[in-house]
Amino acid sequence: MTLNVENVTWRVEEQTILRDVAVDVAAGELVGVLGPNGSGKSSLLRCIYRALKPDAGYIALDGDNVWDLDAKDAARRTATVLQETPGEFEFVVWEMVLMGRTPHKSMFDRENAEDYDLVDSALEQVGMLSFADRNFATLSGGEKQRVLIARALAQQARFLILDEPTNHLDVRYQLEILDLVRGLQVTTFTALHDLNLAATYCDRLYIMAEGEIVAAGTPEDVFQPTLLRKVFGVEAEVQVHPRTDKLHIVFLPAHAAVPSVTVPDEAPASAVLVGES
Amino acid sequence: MGAVVKQPTEDQSESRPAPAPKSKRRDARFPLVVLALAVGLLVTLTLAVTIGPVAIAPLTVWQIAVSRLTGLATGEWSAAHENIVWLIRLPRVFLAAIIGAGLAVVGVAMQAAVRNPLADPYILGISSGASLAAVLVILMGVFKFFGIYSLSVAAFLGSVVSFVIVLTLAQNRGTLSPVRLILVGVALSYVLSAATSFVIFRADDAEGIRSVLFWLMGSVAGAKWSYLTLPLIAVAIGTTYLVLQARPLNALVAGEETAISLGVDTNRFRRVLMVVAAMITGVMVALAGAVGFVGLMMPHTVRLFVGSDHRRVLPVSLLAGAIFLVWVDVLARSIVQPEEMPLGVITGFLGGPFFIWLMRHKRDALGGGRS
Repeated sequence: MTLNVENVTWRVEEQTILRDVAVDVAAGELVGVLGPNGSGKSSLLRCIYRALKPDAGYIALDGDNVWDLDAKDAARRTATVLQETPGEFEFVVWEMVLMGRTPHKSMFDRENAEDYDLVDSALEQVGMLSFADRNFATLSGGEKQRVLIARALAQQARFLILDEPTNHLDVRYQLEILDLVRGLQVTTFTALHDLNLAATYCDRLYIMAEGEIVAAGTPEDVFQPTLLRKVFGVEAEVQVHPRTDKLHIVFLPAHAAVPSVTVPDEAPASAVLVGES
Repeated sequence: MGAVVKQPTEDQSESRPAPAPKSKRRDARFPLVVLALAVGLLVTLTLAVTIGPVAIAPLTVWQIAVSRLTGLATGEWSAAHENIVWLIRLPRVFLAAIIGAGLAVVGVAMQAAVRNPLADPYILGISSGASLAAVLVILMGVFKFFGIYSLSVAAFLGSVVSFVIVLTLAQNRGTLSPVRLILVGVALSYVLSAATSFVIFRADDAEGIRSVLFWLMGSVAGAKWSYLTLPLIAVAIGTTYLVLQARPLNALVAGEETAISLGVDTNRFRRVLMVVAAMITGVMVALAGAVGFVGLMMPHTVRLFVGSDHRRVLPVSLLAGAIFLVWVDVLARSIVQPEEMPLGVITGFLGGPFFIWLMRHKRDALGGGRS
């Protein structure tokens, strides 16, 4: 499954929330989109899973315009993991996962053994099979997130959209969730908050600010201290961590950042500062 | 859950033992629950007919019904008993069952459609529109040209008008958001209730005011067989549609955008749900007034026992709502004989405490189990 987003613009009244956004995700890639609050990440995702209709532009899955597909067909291609929960309406874990079968069923179909097998194998894949009969509302944040991923798996879509899947999770679960997603081998486009997690797990990244894509490329390409300062308003040092071999971003508090900026012979913001010894 | 409990791991090896059989899932027990409730409804209908100033044996009730339907006389009874059973009590009991079933089912649909546990069939201003129209008929004699049906016709028209107003005003940029629906519905209800109160306040017809009050709180007194056709059709068609939409209803409850990403056209679906709910409710309100609390409480009570999956909630609510309202009506006509109580008085007095007890008893439910 490939995703092409071209020149997508979306406005609310006079305000332009997305301006000429272009994104490509190739089959099998795990691509992240980052940006400060209000930069348009979620709106972009919502356009892709058809919760918002862009005012202009083109969004295609495997070359088909998503707005030409009917709702069910689109849902058979794209599954989402969002920050929504059923609230006061209580579902058992396996019921939540079974909802993933919705786009595959017509009004008169009944659930069959294959559906229940898919539910079980999805739950097993996320390590939640033993929770199948638990009330979803009683699960921890990380467990809920895994159940929602299982639902996406039961949906058998080949493209996965995640909206900040690590939000509000303990650090251990943040890693667990992203390890899980990485291991799925499904084409994935995810909004992320944490720059270090994005650098560790994503193949490529898009950085958004004020509704526009301001940088795109591998983590090494995009995580430049100048860009971090401009987009996120933070002083940061970018290193390659010796053990993970991934980028590691260290944020400098304002009082620590000031001297390093004012030292004139400090090396200009270069992409990679190899951590010595 | 059985022998296959395993530690959650990220391991994805294929060689695991087969997971627990799916038949263990709650579905297996479910047909029995429905069967038990269906039997319960049958028993309820029979017993409810036997109760009254003139006691009639359960067997006689069936014999009269069979003889009326098939012409086969299988026992002996007086003509008075036959009239009481066939002309008075049976239609009344059936109407109560249909109204109870309909209110419970519509309550389920409304709560799902606006994703709010406080929603009920009247959230779209349907009952307040009907009430104003009914009050105008009873106290001011408008709509006289519809004859004996003027009350029902006016009430139905009132509910349709207020529904259309709410639906129109709740539209925003072509979408129908749950919050706007609720707020507009509540606001309009206040306006219409104010108008109703104004009309009542200005009237000096004590008997009229009494019958208004009676109507406002709901009643199935004076039901005739001919009253049953419309609500039966409305409830049957509406419930069938909703049961067929159980999956999209589940998705909708799980979240607006979740539903969209599961392939539900939420905007269109919500609109259809509103129309279906309004039609059923409009017909019921026209015939029995605005019986409160059933449509709010019954869905929650049912969910406490069978969970939120609409494939279970809808059929169980249908049966439980029917049983509940038949007994409410039995109380309504037994408590202060020969006077009748409005149904809403009983549903409130009985249902409220029962519901609170149930909620506290089943602590896991309704948010109790959340950490």
